[in-house]
Amino acid sequence: MNDFILAAPLVAMSFLSVICIVVDALSPKPGKIPFMFAGFSLLGALLLTIPTFWYHGTAFQNMITVGGYSAFFDVLFLIGGLLTLFAGRPYIAREHFDHDEFYSLIMFSVAGMMVIGHSNNLLISFIGIEIMSVSFYVLSGYLRKSIRSIESALKYFLLGSFATGFLVFGIALLYGATGTLEFPAMHAAVVADKLNFPNLLTVGIALVLIGLSFKAAAFPFHQWAPDVYEGAPTVVTAFMSTAGKAASLSALIPVIAAVVPQTNWKVGMVLAVISAATMLVGNISAVVQSNIKRMLAYSSVAHAGYLMMGFVANNPNGMTGVLFYSAAYLFMQIGAFVIVSLIEKENDGNLQLADYAGLSKRNPVLAALMALFMFSLAGIPPMAGFFGKYYLFIAAVEAGYTWLTIVAVISSMISVYFYIGLVVTMYFKDSTDTTEQDSKPGLAGVTLAISCAFVIILGLFPQLIEKLAHSFFM
Amino acid sequence: MSLQVIMFMILGVGAIVTALGTITRRNPVASAMNLVAHFFMLSGLYLTLQAQFVAVVQVLVYAGAIMVLVVFVIMLLNVGKEEAHHESFTIRKVLGLVFAGAIVVQMLAIYLGSSPSAMSQLSSKSLTLGATESIGTVLFNQYLFPFEVISLLLLSALIGAVILAKRKVD
Repeated sequence: MNDFILAAPLVAMSFLSVICIVVDALSPKPGKIPFMFAGFSLLGALLLTIPTFWYHGTAFQNMITVGGYSAFFDVLFLIGGLLTLFAGRPYIAREHFDHDEFYSLIMFSVAGMMVIGHSNNLLISFIGIEIMSVSFYVLSGYLRKSIRSIESALKYFLLGSFATGFLVFGIALLYGATGTLEFPAMHAAVVADKLNFPNLLTVGIALVLIGLSFKAAAFPFHQWAPDVYEGAPTVVTAFMSTAGKAASLSALIPVIAAVVPQTNWKVGMVLAVISAATMLVGNISAVVQSNIKRMLAYSSVAHAGYLMMGFVANNPNGMTGVLFYSAAYLFMQIGAFVIVSLIEKENDGNLQLADYAGLSKRNPVLAALMALFMFSLAGIPPMAGFFGKYYLFIAAVEAGYTWLTIVAVISSMISVYFYIGLVVTMYFKDSTDTTEQDSKPGLAGVTLAISCAFVIILGLFPQLIEKLAHSFFM
Repeated sequence: MSLQVIMFMILGVGAIVTALGTITRRNPVASAMNLVAHFFMLSGLYLTLQAQFVAVVQVLVYAGAIMVLVVFVIMLLNVGKEEAHHESFTIRKVLGLVFAGAIVVQMLAIYLGSSPSAMSQLSSKSLTLGATESIGTVLFNQYLFPFEVISLLLLSALIGAVILAKRKVD
């Protein structure tokens, strides 16, 4: 019973997401009651995470960890789910789509992400990744009348299953090498050099890295991201590219701590090359995009590269940076995508960068918010994005990867070009069509307000989260 | 040579022969039947390796459920004899052979390079693991959490399939 109390947020979320399906099926008025149910479930689970924050331990026969960074990621994913929920309701209504199981699927994916964050066993990581991915496959194809949405779901599904194959094969090989799937036991086996088949360890790590890089859309497994992110419903893209990415990378935290011998940190070089290439490819590709969803998709690829710098450094500061940047990135990227979803018209209208010309006159509030998120994504000082990058860059320098930091700074400068380019378009270019009306934000306004508040708060008081995150890795 | 080893040899050869039959038969139904036989051979192999549970599940799931599906689809699509077509010796075939060869070499290297003690350790451990009872005990004690969470995964996949396959609303 004790286990259930310790893992309360995760258990509650799993149960409630199953109940949500029943609520969906029984509710007479489409959408409204399931929406309320999902919202209160996420809120409730969020409250349940608070007591677990200062606890460190395991539950369910060492299968999951409780407290520490798991609790941090719980909060992050739950907030991500809430923001998506608020933005999703008006979006679906506008696209004239059934609400059906949209909210259940969002809850399922949040539950899957929480499973990943709690994992103390490669098996659990894998199951969590699959719950999340399966929900995303369906969510990205949710607009069944739109051919782009179907294309994106199909692409995501086929490539994602392929990546899952790599992941499973890698996990199997790691099991063969160490004789266990539990992270602490694996770590003990690796440190004591008691490996059944030492050669398998290297191949296993490589395959697991390939699988996770795909899920996080890191170079060279990022090609699916722009197509999928462009075709999927915009609010789903917001969720996938932030919480989904953070979840995929959070799976790396225990893996790296367990199976990579700290004395022989060769994997660091591999990760560093992946990280550098991801940043450069993402940002350079984003420069030439004319569709805003594609631009943000490529920029999200680049942000996976920044996040990976924390794993390259592999010290407490690096991990703190990963946690902080995951949080900062979640708020700024969701905010940006939700604004895109508001400007967007039916049938993929109003998605070109040129459509943002004159937005500052047409809708000054949205334009100001968009500018705020863009500045934060670019890493301009008073915003959350700056401190995230700062922590990651410092950690990489501390670990002796100065060259990686230089690459990161250069690619950040490239990214300023297109982020600020959008701001310039909004403020200094005149719209050709003045009759256009943007849709009312409605509930999405809540999402925007929360995102905006967090981007500013995390920027002004970064030490709030930084201290907390640092305490998890001491 | 014990009876177990002799059975293993017979079933192993049978498995390879039926697997070859599966990919060489021109008639899809004959090919599918070979596959069924292959699954039975495999389950026999599992039995000789003391994995009774896996053997039973192999027959139930693969030979039972999945093969019925395959045969159904073949019947429904009314697939006739595969038309003989000549593929030239392409770069894809060469690469396929190279990769398959690499895996064989890798397996051999790992098998020969490992100490014999590690191998015998594994086989002695697996003696009691294969029984249904021990699987059930482990499943509902140590692996209770993953067991329950997998149900979440299956449920989400099920719902996803229904949502995507629902009759088009327009």
